Amino acid sequence: MKEFKGSSSYVVSSDLLRIVNVSIALQKPLLIKGEPGTGKTMLAQAISEALGKKLIIWNIKSTTKAQDGLYVYDTVQRLYDSQFGGEGVDDIGKYIKLGKLGEAFSSDEQVILLIDEIDKADLEFPNDLLWELDKMEFYIPETKQTITAKERPIVIITSNAEKELPDAFLRRCIFHYIAFPDQDMMRDIVHAHYPDIEDHLLDLAMRGFYQVRDLPTVAKKPSTSELLDWLQALRLGGVDPKKIESELPYAGILLKKTEDLTAVKNAKNRPKNGYRW
Amino acid sequence: MFTDFFYLLRAHGLDVSMNEWLSLMEALKLGLCRNSLLEFYYVARGILVKTEADFDKFDETFLRYFEHVQHMEDIPQELMDWLHDPKNMKKYDKDEVDARTTFDLGKLREMLEERLKEQHERHDGGQYWVGTGGTSALGHSGYAATGIRVGGESQHRHALQVAGERNFRDFREDSTLDQRSFQLAFRRLRQLTTRQEGPMDVLNLERTIDETCNNAGYLQLEFDRPRTNDVKVMLLFDSGGSMSPYTKLCSQLFQAVNRANNFKDLRIYYFHNCWYSDLYTDPRCMYGESVETQWVINNLSREYKVIVVGDASMAPSELTWIGGSSYYNRYNNETGLTWLERMHSRFQKMVWFNPIPEAMWQYDYGYQTIEMIGSVVDMYQLTVEGLARGLKKLVSAR
Repeated sequence: MKEFKGSSSYVVSSDLLRIVNVSIALQKPLLIKGEPGTGKTMLAQAISEALGKKLIIWNIKSTTKAQDGLYVYDTVQRLYDSQFGGEGVDDIGKYIKLGKLGEAFSSDEQVILLIDEIDKADLEFPNDLLWELDKMEFYIPETKQTITAKERPIVIITSNAEKELPDAFLRRCIFHYIAFPDQDMMRDIVHAHYPDIEDHLLDLAMRGFYQVRDLPTVAKKPSTSELLDWLQALRLGGVDPKKIESELPYAGILLKKTEDLTAVKNAKNRPKNGYRW
Repeated sequence: MFTDFFYLLRAHGLDVSMNEWLSLMEALKLGLCRNSLLEFYYVARGILVKTEADFDKFDETFLRYFEHVQHMEDIPQELMDWLHDPKNMKKYDKDEVDARTTFDLGKLREMLEERLKEQHERHDGGQYWVGTGGTSALGHSGYAATGIRVGGESQHRHALQVAGERNFRDFREDSTLDQRSFQLAFRRLRQLTTRQEGPMDVLNLERTIDETCNNAGYLQLEFDRPRTNDVKVMLLFDSGGSMSPYTKLCSQLFQAVNRANNFKDLRIYYFHNCWYSDLYTDPRCMYGESVETQWVINNLSREYKVIVVGDASMAPSELTWIGGSSYYNRYNNETGLTWLERMHSRFQKMVWFNPIPEAMWQYDYGYQTIEMIGSVVDMYQLTVEGLARGLKKLVSAR
């Protein structure tokens, strides 16, 4: 069994590492939940890089149906072709187009299948995939053909917890919740992205960042990706590190809502009220 | 193995199924837990628990069950030092070692305790002592049919410590809600119209295509009846007075209901402590901005589902006395309880959400009135779980 050990650009916590390897060993889909910006989607990419396997991404939208992932029978095209006398109209197989799941099953090598943001779809969506994910096969009635996975793909599913997932589906998954990284872990993540960052700048920026996150009045808390963007802006802008804490420059990168910006400003103006600003 | 842990988890309200348990057993068999309690903790949690809201319950149960294991891993530091930088294994006869080192767990523990008392120095490559690279049942980097791994691959943290931190306390579902969870909860409140009712006015594209194809390419339109949410909701809010500590919570609920614009009809009325002959259309409960309660009862159909939000805490007289209303200038000719019952007998589907924690209902200032109201209307605490249970009650058949 090949083990996943993290990759150069993705810092992975030891408990997540364990769970990834458990789910690979047990051949069960891994369901990843967590705050936005904790790197759920990135995980699949990191696994695919680390194990050297191809990554197939199935992005779920509110209109996605389970059938879309299996195959689509393009009847309209067939109708057109029949009217204009196209070749091979009698071959239905020509009009069967495999979806992402079908693609993953029919691949000759083991692939990583990422089902991204499964909670975006309709409530019943996960239930429609139970059999397919369990047995890794599905049947196409039009061509009387069964597509069976040649190599069981490693399935990673992410969810933002917008909707609750059905129990029957959950029972078949291994579950992991990515907690928001603590300061040490965050430092590792930043170093993975900007290896040459100055310690002084990072210290001050991290302090500012966690202070903003800890403000109870901030509704949409900034996440890892926002911190990375902010650091980049601070570096490019050549901001004097001393000013980071007192002024919180480019706050608009960290906070996307006007209410939150005002909340931070208010907190800054009340220096004796427990906040550093 | 650990079957009582399985039942303990279930007893603590974790809905662990047989399948999941068998997966865990398989993981153990595959050696994924690496004979460490910490690994076992993470593996078990990943397989058995499917929402971060239950992590805390799991931690609690795990602590309780494995508490007694803790002292087993209390190995003296001196012994751990002897086990550093392991020696490589020499050749050994597998059958011979297997025969010699097959013990049950009790015996192994006994042996370990014995060695802990008598061992005074480092031993490597042997058969008896706690050491490395040997064929003794105790130690690491060696081989034995059964054994206890002592030292070796460092255990960064102790599983019971991790569970003991209970980092996921905040995610418990019995904590109160934010607006997003309110909105989600209200999605449960839907009853779709059946395919038998209503006009056929939505084009079914797929069937149209299929039928057109069957019809040799001549257009054949196929229509469906749309399925819409048939739920009508009446929301009654207690406004002012003792409710002010819960203003934020209630306004979130209010917004969530408003945004869940999938109801067929939504009526919102306000009252102060209890309703009598009038319901107010404005949260300030001003005289004049009101409708007669009797009018509401007569004119809204029985299908309306009534959701009351209030702390149900008041002077008992406000419920039981004629003229007991807290507004002295709005004399009530009938008691609050009468009005409550009248409302409920018209609208069978009625629940009451109380922001006061359920554990306090018997001791809080309003314990008498909470009990009185609770005996008429089903009362739930205003939390994710309470809301879910209450709303389920509203859509259930009985």
